[in-house]
Amino acid sequence: MENNKRLDLSYTQMKWDTAFKRILIFISGILLVLVVGILITLIIQSMPSIKALGIKYLWGKVWDPVSNIYGAYPFLIGTLLTSFTALIISIPFSIAIGIYLGEYNTKGWLSNLLKNTIELIAAVPSIIYGFWALFVLVPIIRTFETKIGVQPYGVGVFTSSIVLAVMIIPYAASLGTSLIRMVPSPLKEGAYALGATRFEVIRSVILPYTRSGLFAGILLSLGRALGETMAVTMLIGNTSAIADSFKNIFFGPGNTMASVIANEFAEADHTLYFSALIELGLVLFFVTVIINLIGKRIITKYTNN
Amino acid sequence: MKVVKSLQLAIVALACICTTLSASAQDNTLLGAGSTFVNPLFTKIFSEYDAAYHVKVNYQAIGSGGGILQLTNKTVDFGGSDAPLNDEQAKKIGVPVLHIPMAAGAVVISYNLPGFTGKLKLDGKNLADIYLGKITNWNSPEIAAANKGVKLPDMPIVVIHRSDGSGTSFIFTDYLTKVNADWASKVGKASAVNWPAGLGGKGNAGVEGLVKQTPGAIGYVELAYAVQNKMPYADVKNKAGQFITPTLASTTLSSNVSTLPADAIVSLTNTDNPKGYPITSFTWALIYKEQKYGDRSADRAKTLLKLLWYNIHEGQKDCEPLNYAPLSKSALKIAEKILKSATYDGKAIL
Repeated sequence: MENNKRLDLSYTQMKWDTAFKRILIFISGILLVLVVGILITLIIQSMPSIKALGIKYLWGKVWDPVSNIYGAYPFLIGTLLTSFTALIISIPFSIAIGIYLGEYNTKGWLSNLLKNTIELIAAVPSIIYGFWALFVLVPIIRTFETKIGVQPYGVGVFTSSIVLAVMIIPYAASLGTSLIRMVPSPLKEGAYALGATRFEVIRSVILPYTRSGLFAGILLSLGRALGETMAVTMLIGNTSAIADSFKNIFFGPGNTMASVIANEFAEADHTLYFSALIELGLVLFFVTVIINLIGKRIITKYTNN
Repeated sequence: MKVVKSLQLAIVALACICTTLSASAQDNTLLGAGSTFVNPLFTKIFSEYDAAYHVKVNYQAIGSGGGILQLTNKTVDFGGSDAPLNDEQAKKIGVPVLHIPMAAGAVVISYNLPGFTGKLKLDGKNLADIYLGKITNWNSPEIAAANKGVKLPDMPIVVIHRSDGSGTSFIFTDYLTKVNADWASKVGKASAVNWPAGLGGKGNAGVEGLVKQTPGAIGYVELAYAVQNKMPYADVKNKAGQFITPTLASTTLSSNVSTLPADAIVSLTNTDNPKGYPITSFTWALIYKEQKYGDRSADRAKTLLKLLWYNIHEGQKDCEPLNYAPLSKSALKIAEKILKSATYDGKAIL
């Protein structure tokens, strides 16, 4: 009798197991359909613009809704420039935080406080960063620009990059912290036993062990930087003209794809204009995909070595 | 089981909300969408109208372009717009749309000149040249010519414009197009243009922030916004050669001209009125001329027309406290005629 009951139970259990698996597949499937759906919508909606402007949309330098000439080049450059500058500024901070919280100070109130603060940085809405920067950071940058002898706009690519850098630090930092905490103790203890100092352990054991994970965190930050809209829109100066010198490209105003879409979408009043803006979204989609693919390649390469 | 039960409850609740919503939408709630500029005024008028006549109006400030799109799709009873339909929009709708002026608004030129306490005067052609990047310093002879007896600082001009598509930009560029041939050929008018110079700020607040912070800045914002935020603004020379301070009165006067067309589809900028401020515009409510479309009832059409009639009469008293310029006499007359021309199944409604 008892034997039979146990059999029954296991049969139900098995049924639930299959059902659970199906639910999982279904939910992941929905996500896939969603992404493909977005891609298809973007392509269909940008068809009028693709047909009218062709491939030269990508390197056209003029964005003129009045005469229906659209070129994404200034915004493509603006997006890449702000994102990568922000990334370069943020990397030392996020890795340092990761090492400190993951290796030096893993427990106690200070560690918790720091960890929570960093998570809070990610939770602050981007418009708050925008306003803070507009009223606090911009005047400081303007003074700085006057000192180094560039046109003192205050807003521009440089200012946006600094704010973006602050916004993306938590992504790489918290992933780095968790990964560094997960480095197996035997590895570290072995190194210490061989007479390594703490710095040597970090350099030759922890960093190589977590390299691909740290890189993944940085890639996550980059993705966030590419798509960030609100704060950048408020700080970048929104000019579609390309500056003439390197100094002006870096310190002067610019524009990004995401902020152009946010700015102009609501009042895009003719088909080609509307469609050109959606094509901008499509280009942003592809830029993100390409950068992610390159990142994945680099991760696999490092891991294999 | 618990989960399933609460889910069922949620679905039932949702269904209830949906049915009540759609029922009320069909009964006595009028739907509108469009211009954000006119939203504070509409909100005030509509709440008073609801208190008096028990007709609810749900107006969504999604931008003029969005309002026109909603009207095209027949999902709203009326649209709100700061610019008349353009050719493409008119073609898409395919049937006559009435433009009923609701109020007028002005765009003012604000500036940041440290140490300058006088009143800045500008003429339209020079204003366009500043925005074209041709006049680059505040002490240039062109600006000095309009400001006799006042010393302007030697300071580079930082041009600030709106970065987002907006009716404010449309009015401003429409004016520049009329007064400067170079601007007309190089840039033109639209809610977003290819700005030849300067920085873009998002919304009135973005422009205000940049102007207030940047020494030497010049920017344009709505009159109401400049008044509420105590920004300095310039007198602008009108067609008759007078320098006019933008006020609600001078804005109203800009539409008080004998040349207003019968359909009210007109740009008020560079007005002929010698006392009118030159950078102004109507804001319109848009409705279908033939109100019988889809399964629309004659009642609903009548309710809508009555609401708009209220807007241009009793509603006008709400304009001034909210810094909108009320309709001028000639504008009101035309607005009445336009409302009376609306039909249901070919018959006049009002």
